[in-house]
Amino acid sequence: MPADIEFHQRNRAIHPPAYTPDYKTSVLRSPRLPLLSLETTLSELTGPRFGHHHIGPHDNDLVTNFRHGGEAVGERTIVHGRVVDENGRGVANTLVEVWQANASGRYRHRNDTYIGAIDPNFGGCGRVLTDADGNYVFRTIKPGAYPYRNHLNSWRPAHMHFSLFGSGFAQRLITQMYFEGDPLIPADSILNTIPDPAARKRLVAALDMDGSVPLDALAYRWDIVLRGGRSTVFENKLQGN
Amino acid sequence: MLHETPSQTAGPYVHIGLMPRQAGFEMFGHDFGNVMVTEASQGERIRIEGRVFDATGHACRDVLVEIWQANAAGHYDHPADRQGRQADPAFHGWGRAGTDFETGLYWFETVKPGAVQGRNGRTMAPHVSVWLAARGMNIGLQTRIYFADEAVANAADPVLGLVEQAVRRETLVARREERDGRAVYVFDIHLQGDRETVFLDI
Repeated sequence: MPADIEFHQRNRAIHPPAYTPDYKTSVLRSPRLPLLSLETTLSELTGPRFGHHHIGPHDNDLVTNFRHGGEAVGERTIVHGRVVDENGRGVANTLVEVWQANASGRYRHRNDTYIGAIDPNFGGCGRVLTDADGNYVFRTIKPGAYPYRNHLNSWRPAHMHFSLFGSGFAQRLITQMYFEGDPLIPADSILNTIPDPAARKRLVAALDMDGSVPLDALAYRWDIVLRGGRSTVFENKLQGN
Repeated sequence: MLHETPSQTAGPYVHIGLMPRQAGFEMFGHDFGNVMVTEASQGERIRIEGRVFDATGHACRDVLVEIWQANAAGHYDHPADRQGRQADPAFHGWGRAGTDFETGLYWFETVKPGAVQGRNGRTMAPHVSVWLAARGMNIGLQTRIYFADEAVANAADPVLGLVEQAVRRETLVARREERDGRAVYVFDIHLQGDRETVFLDI
C-alpha cells in the first residue's frame, strides 16, 4: 500500500443498524445483505480537502447569515466543541456543515409543510472549518421541536444536523446533535435507532455556562469523534514492500 | 481509544445544509456541486448518472450522493497519495449531488479516473468511491462505481474479486452509453431487493 496508515475498522456496534422498524422510513431503504468488509486502500484514506476560499467568514453565524432586514427570532445559542479522531488528536481544517429548523420547528425547505412559521431572517444552515486544534463554533438559534409522520404523534426533539469529513473519505459522517434536558429525547424514534444508551448520550450537547455570553447567548458544548488511523509500517515490512 | 460519534440519518432536509439551492434558496456564495471539471481539467470528460431505488423499485428523490475519485492519471488530490503520479490543479476529485425531486436522477460531470495502486502492490481498476445519505438511512452507505468498458482491469481488481457472485459483482459496474458523442456511465443503486447493490464496510 502506497501509504503508511490505515483506518481502524469501524465499530458498527455503536452505530444504528440499517433496519430499524420503529423508524419506519428505514424499512424500505435498508440493505439486507451483509456489507463487504475491506481493508483501507488509498481510495478511502484520501478525501476532499477544503480551504477558507471555499467558505465565507460569517458562514458559521446562523443568527445573521440569512439576514433580510432583521435578525433571526428565538433563543440565541452558541454551539461549540472539538473534532478529534479516535486517538484523541484534534482534526484540523476539516469542514463542519450544519442545518436545522428555526425556533418554530420549521425548515426552510420546499418540501417542509409544517404549520410552524418561516422566519424571513433565518436560513438554518452554516459551515465552518475547524481550527488547528480541531475546534469549531457556530452561533445559532435554538431549533424548535416539530412533529413528523412516523407514529401519528411523533415529535423530534430539538436537534442540529452535522456533516463531517475528516481527512479520508472513510471518515465521512452525518449525525445529529441534541440539547441537554430536552424532555422529548427519551422517546425519539430516530435517536433510539442507536441501540447503546451510552452511545445515544454522546449525541447530547451539554449546557456550558462558561461558554455562554452573559446577557446575550447560552452555550452548549459538543465534541465529535471521527475514525482514527493506525500505522501499517510493521505490516509493510513483514510483507516486504 | 475513543469511540466514534454515532451516525444518525441525514433526514429529508439534507439539502438545506449541503445544497441550499436545491432546498429552494440562495445562501452561500459558493455551493458545492456536481460539476467537477473546468475547461482546464485533464482527461476524458464523462458523465455519471443514475437513480437510487428503494425496496419497491421506487426512485428515491431525496438522496445525497457524494463521489470521490482519482484524476485521469490515477492520482488523488491528497497528501497521502505518494504514488508519484501527475497532479491536476484543475481537478480535485470530489462531487456532491442530490437526486432530483421529480425524476430521482443524480448526475456528475467529471473525468474518467486512472487506475490506482491498491494494497500489496496490486492495481485497482479505475473506480469512483460513492457515499450515500438520506432520510431512512441510519448510516451513510459506501459503494464503488467501476466501468463496464474496463473488463480486463475489472477482472483483475482485488475488490471486485472479493464478490463471489457474478450477479452481485455486476451491481458495482456502471454501463456505458454514448450520448451526443460523449460517454455516459449509468450507475443505478438498489438499496434492497433482488438487485441489491454491494455496499462496503471500509
